[in-house]
Order: sequence, then structure tokens, then C-alpha cells
Amino acid sequence: MAVPKKTVTKEAGQENGKEKGQQKGFGAPPEFTKAQELAALRDMLLIRRFEEKAGQLYGMGAIGGFCHLYIGQEAIVVGMQMALKKGDQVITGYRDHGHMLACGMEAKGVMAELTGRQGGYSKGKGGSMHMFSKEQNFYGGHGIVGAQVSLGTGLAFANRYRGNDFVSLAYFGDGASNQGQVYESFNMAELWKLPVIYIIENNRYAMGTSVTRSSAQTDFSKRGISFNIPGEQVDGMDVRAVKAAGDKAVAHCRAGKGPFILEMQTYRYRGHSMSDPAKYRTREEVEKVRHDQDPIEQVRNRLLAAKVTEQELKAIDAEVREIVNESADFAQHDPEPDASELWTDVYR
Amino acid sequence: MPIQVLMPALSPTMEKGNLAKWLKKEGETIKSGDVIAEIETDKATMEVEATDEGTLGRILIPEGTNDVAVNTPIATILADGESAADLGKAAAPAPVPSVAKEVEESRSPVGEGKPMISAPKATAAPAAVAEPDPEVPEGTEMISQTIREALRDAMAEEMRRDPDVFIMGEEVAEYQGAYKVTQGLLQEFGAKRVIDTPITEHGFAGVGVGAAMSGLKPIVEFMTFNFAMQAIDQIINSAAKTLYMSGGQMGCSIVFRGPNGAASRVAAQHSQDYSAWYSQIPGLKVVAPFSAADYKGLLKAAIRDPNPVIFLENEMLYGHTGEVPKLDDYVIPIGKARIVRSGGHVTLISWSNGMSYALKAADELAKEGIEAEVIDLRTLRPMDTDTIIASVKKTGRAVTVEEGWQQSGVGAEIAARIMEHAFDYLDAPVARVSGKDVPMPYAANLEKLALPNVAEVVAAAKAVSYR
Repeated sequence: MAVPKKTVTKEAGQENGKEKGQQKGFGAPPEFTKAQELAALRDMLLIRRFEEKAGQLYGMGAIGGFCHLYIGQEAIVVGMQMALKKGDQVITGYRDHGHMLACGMEAKGVMAELTGRQGGYSKGKGGSMHMFSKEQNFYGGHGIVGAQVSLGTGLAFANRYRGNDFVSLAYFGDGASNQGQVYESFNMAELWKLPVIYIIENNRYAMGTSVTRSSAQTDFSKRGISFNIPGEQVDGMDVRAVKAAGDKAVAHCRAGKGPFILEMQTYRYRGHSMSDPAKYRTREEVEKVRHDQDPIEQVRNRLLAAKVTEQELKAIDAEVREIVNESADFAQHDPEPDASELWTDVYR
Repeated sequence: MPIQVLMPALSPTMEKGNLAKWLKKEGETIKSGDVIAEIETDKATMEVEATDEGTLGRILIPEGTNDVAVNTPIATILADGESAADLGKAAAPAPVPSVAKEVEESRSPVGEGKPMISAPKATAAPAAVAEPDPEVPEGTEMISQTIREALRDAMAEEMRRDPDVFIMGEEVAEYQGAYKVTQGLLQEFGAKRVIDTPITEHGFAGVGVGAAMSGLKPIVEFMTFNFAMQAIDQIINSAAKTLYMSGGQMGCSIVFRGPNGAASRVAAQHSQDYSAWYSQIPGLKVVAPFSAADYKGLLKAAIRDPNPVIFLENEMLYGHTGEVPKLDDYVIPIGKARIVRSGGHVTLISWSNGMSYALKAADELAKEGIEAEVIDLRTLRPMDTDTIIASVKKTGRAVTVEEGWQQSGVGAEIAARIMEHAFDYLDAPVARVSGKDVPMPYAANLEKLALPNVAEVVAAAKAVSYR
């Protein structure tokens, strides 16, 4: 196996990607403990294997509609989750399976929702793009690009109203970053010093439009400048860098200093959705990122270098595969929602 | 020739105001731009600036006078070289075209100050207590309130009752409400719970929905529902659908309220009626009351409702006074229509300001021996079909009255329901009186033509009665 080239030691400003303004080099992030590395590996692997399985099930026709996979971006949600405490809220757009798993939602319930079964988180009525868990403080799963940014700002508003110190994480992509309500939300968040972290997952493409073709300012960490919101670019392929940036942003919010923007530089290996013709980028570009920067391989290699045995890693692999297989099995055998469910949950 | 200073109109809907204070005395020199008096309406206090130079000749309306009609001469200004002896020759500025005045009058549901509902002496008020509201116990003391005050009291009571209730919107706090509906709330509840937002409808609607998803109970005020079109994605895609999309896990208890529909002379972009738009959406409740008591009782119900509620107000009605029961907790259930006037010959169905045409028409019809039953829907979703159908089964004829457009309108929906549930009882096709199928024009005469009127309702009622 090829040893991935580490990007984390690159000097700031160094270009790495094909796209201009992308994938700057970053300084070395703080090291993880072995336990943290193992936990991060396990959580990222769970997402990766889950998404691979979802892709398979989609191909088999078991999952309908849209299905947006998170493969390649796993370090972001896993690293950010490590910076949170119970009670903090998470909200995102429709590429949401990874966020839900990272929040602690069960793979079974998520997969069963993808297949539209009664045991899904939304009883089969939401699907891939619309899932929620009050228990895990996951507020969706939103299908309208950018809508979650205002909603996440509202979650932060509620924290502030209640006088608690919880933080709301509003995830969105480089595409959503050009929506008007994002800036309406930025303005109010800073004006009212709301504890919200805006996490821009810059995977370089909004569907098939690269950031250089859609965005006048491709440094998304600067998108809050006119509102005085601090922002940072983060190597979103390195879970340690994500966690360190998350710690800083969370501390800023908890201290009552208002919102914070984190631009996570990342990459999605798969298409925008399952029906992506992939004409807008080359196979070589995808392969290069996979080879050089894969978030899971980075951790695996560090663990191996730290004398963790292949055996231990295989055990994690096995555990994750079992969870995923079990979820796929459940999702295919769980009954569809009862016909009476058509009429429930419109009002309460 | 001395110049007359007329009582100014401070807003498109102002008909009269109070002369609160004179800041200049008779004989004082006045320069153009000087503030000479303070005028008060139920909406706002404004300063009157002189537009002419000279000496304040005579004050015609003393300070402290209430209900001075717009365009009443309130003072005269003497030009250089003129004296008190010239006062008799005062020239009034060009009068306001009389058609504008007529529009104001025809649009006014009932005279200011006269209770609209349950007014025992107001024989002119067609809303004579035909059917007492079942929610009010007999012998309840009634207080006279404007709809504006009823709305404010409803919010204040609910905010006292539940610390999770707050209000946000443009100008709701320090300005005291663009239409003065939130007057005094900032003073009582503070800036934490009465929140001025930037002009950012889409954004603050989303913030409100997010807060509601986490369990707070926001009241989101739109300065008018015309501006809520900027926010309609959050209202429909986020507020209305989340409960269903989450399999019942996560709902959204939120009220979106503000004036809806035509005001007066504000033209196409500020005059749209959104009744039909919102009432189409499963997951939303839509309320559009007419009487002061209903405004209060239904707003309280809307705030308590665990679902998103669209509360459509009408600017033309804000200043109108009605009798509101003096009860600690006057809550009217959402989803119940009210028979405001009983009659056996034809059913008139309306809501919000449409009721003003319907009630006046019922009066006119009565003079010709046609007894109309008038139903105030109050809630558009869920619609009280039972009340409509029961009435139509009795009368065999129905006319819907709305300010909105006909195509895919609420009247069309009512007609369809009548056809579905009472076809065999109908003696004539259902007739619709509505706003005309054009954007709202500005010119006073065209605006009047674009809106429904009493004569159209009378004609429609006669047509379905074959008279």
C-alpha cells in the first residue's frame, strides 16, 4: 500500500489541487492520543462503509430518489463531533448521512429511512435528505440549499434565549455559500452574538460547478468578513486539524463572542448524487486526492507507524462491517410504513 | 390671502386623528419647515410642519381635540402684510379628489368607534348579535377595543403566560410596531423577548423556525405578508413540512402574523391577498379573522398551537373597534367558522375584510326581503366545511366573498366543497365575488374597481336567488 503524502505539513499558501485557491497547505495540527486516533478511525470507517453500502443498495433499487454520499468528507463531521459536548446541536443539508452517524444516530434507523421503511428515523416519510433526531440533537437533513443556515442560526438563537452555553453547528457546502439567506443569517448571528459555527464543507463542486466557476471569492473563510465574523480555512481531510479548529471555534462561541466560520477544504469522491455523469472533473483528479489525502488512510498510517497492529485495525473494520451489514439487512426486511401513516404527523 | 392649514393624513388609511398639541401660538412667526403641531392617531404621533411662511393667524381646532377628520382646516397662516381682518378670506389648498374620500368610506367596514360586533344600539351594524359566540359565557363584561389593541393584548397575555413566547420582526420593538400593533411590548417584556430584526425576511423567518424547532414559541411579524414572499420557502419547506418529514419527532410551534391583502392606495406590490397561497399547504393552519374579539381569541389560540400558524390580519381593520369579552383567558378554537347573521334565503361566506362587504350586503338584501345567512370562516385551514354545508343545505344558495383573486382561490375551494357535499341541495350554482384578475392599481378609481364591493355581493346574491 502506498503511503499517502501528508498535506498537513505543507506550508501555508502552497497550492495542491487542480482548482485555484483550493487545498492550501497547512501546518501540522496537534497530535491525537492513540485512543482518539482509534475512535476517529472507527467513526470515519463507519461512515465510509455505510455510504458504500448505501451506494450498493441504491444500485439494487432498494433506495429511491436522491442519495448524496459523503465518501471522502468523513474527517469533517467526525473531527467536529469530537469538539462538541452533549446538548450542542447539529444541522446540515442533504448530504447528511455522515452527520447523523457522527451524532450517534443508529445506522439501522438511518439505512431504514433510506429504504423508506417504518423503522427509519422518519418512519420512512423523510428519506435520505430529511432525517432528524431530537435525542441526538440532530435537526436535519434539509433539502433546500442554504435553508439550514438560517435554521441553525435559529437554534443558536434559542440557546442564547435560554441562557445556556450550547453551540449550534450549521453545515453547508461551497454551493450553499452563495445563497442570500446565508448572509442574512451571518448578519443576525454577529449582531446578536449567537453561538453558531458555520461549517462550510468546500468539496470544490456545487453539483457540477467548480468553485472557481461559481464564486467570486473562493476563500470561503472570508465570507464573513463584512460582518466581522472570524473565519479559518482548515484541512478538512485531516481529522486532527478539524478537531483543533473545532475546539477553537467552540470556545469562541461558548465564551459568548458570537459566530465563527470554518471552511473545511475537502473532496467528495463520488458524484453529487447517484446520477452524476462526472463530466466536470477528471478521473485523475479524484484519484490523486484519494491517494494523497484520504482522511481514513491518514489515520490508519499514523496508527500503523505508532505500532498499532494490523490485527487491531482489522478488528475495527470487522466491527464496522457488522454494523453496516446489520443495518442493510434491517433496512431491506423492515416493513414499509403502514398505509395509515400517510395521514399522520401532518399536525400535532 | 391667508392660507388654511388642513388636518393632514399621516397614512394611506388614516381618516381622522387627534390634535394633541399646538407648538406655536397665535401671532407667532412661522417659517417653512417649523413644527407647528403634533397629531396623534391610533398608529403614531407625528409632527405637522408648516409648508408656508407667515404668522399663525388663528388656531381653528384647539389642542386636545379628538377625531378631527382629515382635511379639516385646523389653522390659518397670515402672509406678510395680512392681518386678522383678512382671516375670513382664507383659501384652502386644492381639495383632495373626492373619489379618494369615497374609496375610504366604501372600504371602511363600519364607522370608527362603533363596535362592529355585538353592538346593541348600532342598528346600522349588520353584525347584530344573531348568533352569540359560544365561547363567551352569558353575562360576560365586554370591553371596547380596537383590533390593534386586541392583538397586542393577546400577545402580551401569552407572553406573560409562557416565557418561551417571544416576538421578532421589523420595527416591533423600539418603533412600537410599524402599525403600532406591538405597542408597549418592549417596555413590558424587554429586548430579549421583543426583538427588532434587520430587514431580512427570509433570514429571520428561518431563525424563527430554527428557534421553534428547538422548542421556543416565536411570533414572527411580517410588516406585511407581501414581504413574506421572500420568506415563503422557510414557511412552507421548513415550518410546514418538518413534522411530517421527521415522522412526528420535530415540530414547529410558530406564528407568522401581519397585515395581508389590500390596504389603501399602496398598489400592486403591497396589496396582495395570500389567503389562497397558504391555505393550500398541509402542515399549516391559516387564520384570517374579522372581529376584534376573534382577533384576540384566535391569536391566543395560534400562539398556543403546536403547529405553524399563518395569522392573516388586515390593515384596514386595525383601527376598528369591537367588543371583546373581558375574560382572563379568551381563546377561540382554530378551525371553527361563526354564523354572524342568520337567514334562510342565501348563504354569504367570507372572512377577514371580505366580511365587511358581506355584512353590508346582507343589510341591503334584507331591505328587499332576502334574508342572508352570513358565515365568517375565521379559519381557512382547517376549513369548517360542516358549518358551510349545514347552511347551504338550509338556504340552497351560496355566494363567496373575498378580496383575493378567483383562480385557484379560497372561493373556488368553498364552491368545490359545496358541490361535493351539498350538490343536491343547491338551487343555483355557487357565485363568487372577488378581487378582479389584475395586479392592484394605484389610482383611486381603479383600485375601487379592482376590489369587491357591496353592490357586487348584492347582485350575486340576487342572481343565485333568481331575483
